[in-house]
Amino acid sequence: MKVNLRVWRQRGPDSPGEFKNYEAADLNPNMSFLEMLDVVNDRLASRGEEPIAFAHDCREGICGTCCLNINGKPHGPGRAIATCQTYMRSFRDGDTITIEPFRAKPFPILKDLVVDRSAFDRIMQSGGYVSVRTGAAPDGNSIPISKEIADRAMDAAQCIGCGACVAACKNASAMLFVSAKVSQLSLLPQGRPERHRRVLSMVAKMDEEGFGNCTVTGSCAAVCPKEVSLDFITRMNRDYLAALMHEAVGRAAGKEGGAG
Amino acid sequence: MKLEAKTPPGPLAEKWKRHQGSIKLVSPNNKRRYEVIVVGTGLAGASAAASLSELGYRVKAFCFHDSARRAHSIAAQGGINAAKNYQNDGDSVYRLFHDTIKGGDFRAREANVHRLAEVSVRIIDQCVAQGVPFAREYGGLLANRSFGGAQVSRTFYARGQTGQQLLLGAYSALCKQVGSGAVQLFPNTEMLDLVLIDGQAKGIITRNINTGAVERHAADAVILATGGYGNVFNLSTYARGSNATAIWRAYRRGAGFANPCFTQIHPTCIPVRGDYQSKLTLMSESLRNDGRCWVPKKQADHRPPGQIPEDERDYYLERMYPAYGNLAPRDIASRAAKRVCDEGRGVGTSGLGVYLDFSDSINRLGLKTIKERYANLFDIYHEITGEDAYQAPMRIFPAVHYTMGGLWVDYNLMSNVPGLFVLGEANFSDHGANRLGASALMQGLADGYFVIPYTIGDYLASVKPGTTPKTDAAAFTTAEKETQERVQRLLSIRGKRNVSYFHKQLGKILWDGCGMARNQAGLEKALQAIPELRAEFWKDVNVLGESLSMNQSLEVAHRVADFLELGEVMCMDALTRTESCGCHFREESQEAGECKRDDERFAHAAVWEFKGDGQKPERHTESLNYEFTTLATRSYK
Ligand SMILES: Cc1cc2nc3c(=O)[nH]c(=O)nc-3n(C[C@H](O)[C@H](O)[C@H](O)COP(=O)(O)OP(=O)(O)OC[C@H]3O[C@@H](n4cnc5c(N)ncnc54)[C@H](O)[C@@H]3O)c2cc1C
Ligand code: FES
Repeated sequence: MKVNLRVWRQRGPDSPGEFKNYEAADLNPNMSFLEMLDVVNDRLASRGEEPIAFAHDCREGICGTCCLNINGKPHGPGRAIATCQTYMRSFRDGDTITIEPFRAKPFPILKDLVVDRSAFDRIMQSGGYVSVRTGAAPDGNSIPISKEIADRAMDAAQCIGCGACVAACKNASAMLFVSAKVSQLSLLPQGRPERHRRVLSMVAKMDEEGFGNCTVTGSCAAVCPKEVSLDFITRMNRDYLAALMHEAVGRAAGKEGGAG
Repeated sequence: MKLEAKTPPGPLAEKWKRHQGSIKLVSPNNKRRYEVIVVGTGLAGASAAASLSELGYRVKAFCFHDSARRAHSIAAQGGINAAKNYQNDGDSVYRLFHDTIKGGDFRAREANVHRLAEVSVRIIDQCVAQGVPFAREYGGLLANRSFGGAQVSRTFYARGQTGQQLLLGAYSALCKQVGSGAVQLFPNTEMLDLVLIDGQAKGIITRNINTGAVERHAADAVILATGGYGNVFNLSTYARGSNATAIWRAYRRGAGFANPCFTQIHPTCIPVRGDYQSKLTLMSESLRNDGRCWVPKKQADHRPPGQIPEDERDYYLERMYPAYGNLAPRDIASRAAKRVCDEGRGVGTSGLGVYLDFSDSINRLGLKTIKERYANLFDIYHEITGEDAYQAPMRIFPAVHYTMGGLWVDYNLMSNVPGLFVLGEANFSDHGANRLGASALMQGLADGYFVIPYTIGDYLASVKPGTTPKTDAAAFTTAEKETQERVQRLLSIRGKRNVSYFHKQLGKILWDGCGMARNQAGLEKALQAIPELRAEFWKDVNVLGESLSMNQSLEVAHRVADFLELGEVMCMDALTRTESCGCHFREESQEAGECKRDDERFAHAAVWEFKGDGQKPERHTESLNYEFTTLATRSYK
């Protein structure tokens, strides 16, 4: 098969970018989308043109590295899959396909189709963990956790950190990503002692990194390769309010204590 | 080369405890005066970096990924073993130890494997405390499943994403330490050389993948946790970026490389479909519980499977291994598939595939049951091949999956280069000639959480605190210059062939000569072809772009250049080991088609020492003594 590609090319973070057209002929419909790009890149290199930079690693939908916006949709036409799980048979012979990087202010473009998603790591560093030292853990079975709760926490934990939710959101909000982590840990008894502190600092960090507000449009969940549910956003909003209350009460108690 | 295993004396079950009680310690106040470099943030690296910094060491952690969370460990599906005996089915530390030693076909060090089994139980505790959502039973307790090579149920899992959940646990521990300033994290940073001062590992040279900047980093000790080298074959179940550069550069600086030819080939993967293919996908081995493997009896029988009558099919595993049938172990099942394809009876356009047929099970158990058990796997298969395996049999073929070989380490996980430690899949320590399922995750986390935090002290106690070298030391200048020259050399060739061409060629040579079955003639042929290909690479490779910017072709060129050297040593290793053991099947050494070990001559780890470019590396051995187990032959007939 043959397709026409419109690809975003940008030399570096500070260079202007533009769409370039490439004809990709002699493709096999069983190629993955990224294999198609490999073939295009090989042909570009053979005629002395620098290959298109794109991010990828596992190529099986679990590492969260691949991040292409295909025909205006993060991760392309399929439902509940990542870019690397998209196959050429999802397109028609002769189609024109537009390929862009994930677009969002907190994800600056580094080169061509590669963006910088380190803001996600910084949010995690601000509180996305349970503070337990290596070696200090009690026996794994000493805290029974109901299957329902464990399964629910697992639903949230599936997030692969790809950033499609941010790229799909008109406000570039990171609420789906942050709420998945916050919910996973606040659902589980191990994460409860720190739940107030965690949600407050992760949300503060998210705002500081320049992610926008959530208006619950749902475009994030619609493109999520792991189908992380919008319910977690509702849950996190509750956790957040509870944490604010807790903090306010704590402050008041602290003041009283000081006066006494 | 001095290979002192430093295995502690005493009864097997006492060794680790005694060792912990007798090795040197670094006092709490002094710990923060030591700087430790950890390269790799997979299970082994992330757990090590977090744990060491909790102890007070100043840690710098590096990975080439854009985030520490994306290491290849993320892709592990099946589970992690631990001798918890929560099922009351007779599991014990000793049993896990014994299964691992036997599974490795008696080519691993007893003391290391026993320690692995001992600490396995604490790994689960640690991960649960971090919030890893392991599968649970209705009563709220942890669930287990069984896995190949074991008669007990000791595998813990988190849906089909155990690796992801364990890695996110270790990554969160790392995030905690980075957030508090105790760990300095360098993502997008690839180690391109190891720096030695007075024979001790004191730093690394790196290249920033986003900017191209080459940098120097000094420390009091260097830990490599950089994963396996299976991508030397080009096509494998590994993530595309997995590579050997860190351990290969260390080898070139004097670290011994042990058993390079021990590579695991997994029997149930989706076969290669075209030469555009970049990656092979694993289909869980559990499918063999209800699927039957077969090929046509006739050669080159191109009829669709449904039109091949029952009596013209060869259910070869059931025929060759009546006792185990379709559940024969990984190495055995892989070799059998190869054999029937070599006979010209393989299926699919390439002829490199066998059928995994569920029709009998569907008839017996009903479509609903099969869907309940395997729907997600059938979905993956459909997504990749576009075929419906409920209608026609799946086509599968073995693929490269794991490397048991790696840098040689002693009981403290230190290589023969003082101050250089190696953890996880990058070392050779625990799996001998064949790894059992669900044991790699266990080993990575054992090394990082529970071994290195103790054993690194034994080395650092001998290093004067506060003497971390400066990066302007001569050794750093030389190493950086060499790296810069290599970058320039790669960029200046501007030849006719892309890097991918060389990687594919190397993969073919190794797959044919040093794959599932090896023989003298094949290995000698590969040993001729690889140096020729390498020479062609350095004459005719085409790497475009610049050094001081993101340059993905350059990244891959570095890795392939190293693979082109490593592949040769793998073949030398396979050629010298004239016995068969585990994954290493020398056709000359077999008994009725099965591995024939030669314990008299080969009960050892073979350790290769770099002697300079163009020189043959020197083979050393560490002999393996079996004090607590008896060497036995594995049989599955
Ligand atoms: C598809 C698949 C499924 C698997 N399933 C299971 C399973 O169910 N159970 C099981 O026990 N095992 C399984 N395994 C094996 C297991 O996943 C790996 O052996 C293990 O995760 C390796 O962990 P690691 O920490 O040693 O290395 P990796 O996870 O490979 O991490 C390597 C790290 O090193 C970094 N790195 C590498 N080179 C450099 C360099 N030069 N400079 C800087 N950084 C570098 C990388 O960025 C990365 O952070 C599976 C493997 C595959 C391929
Ligand atoms: S490359 Fe890993 S999720 Fe796509």
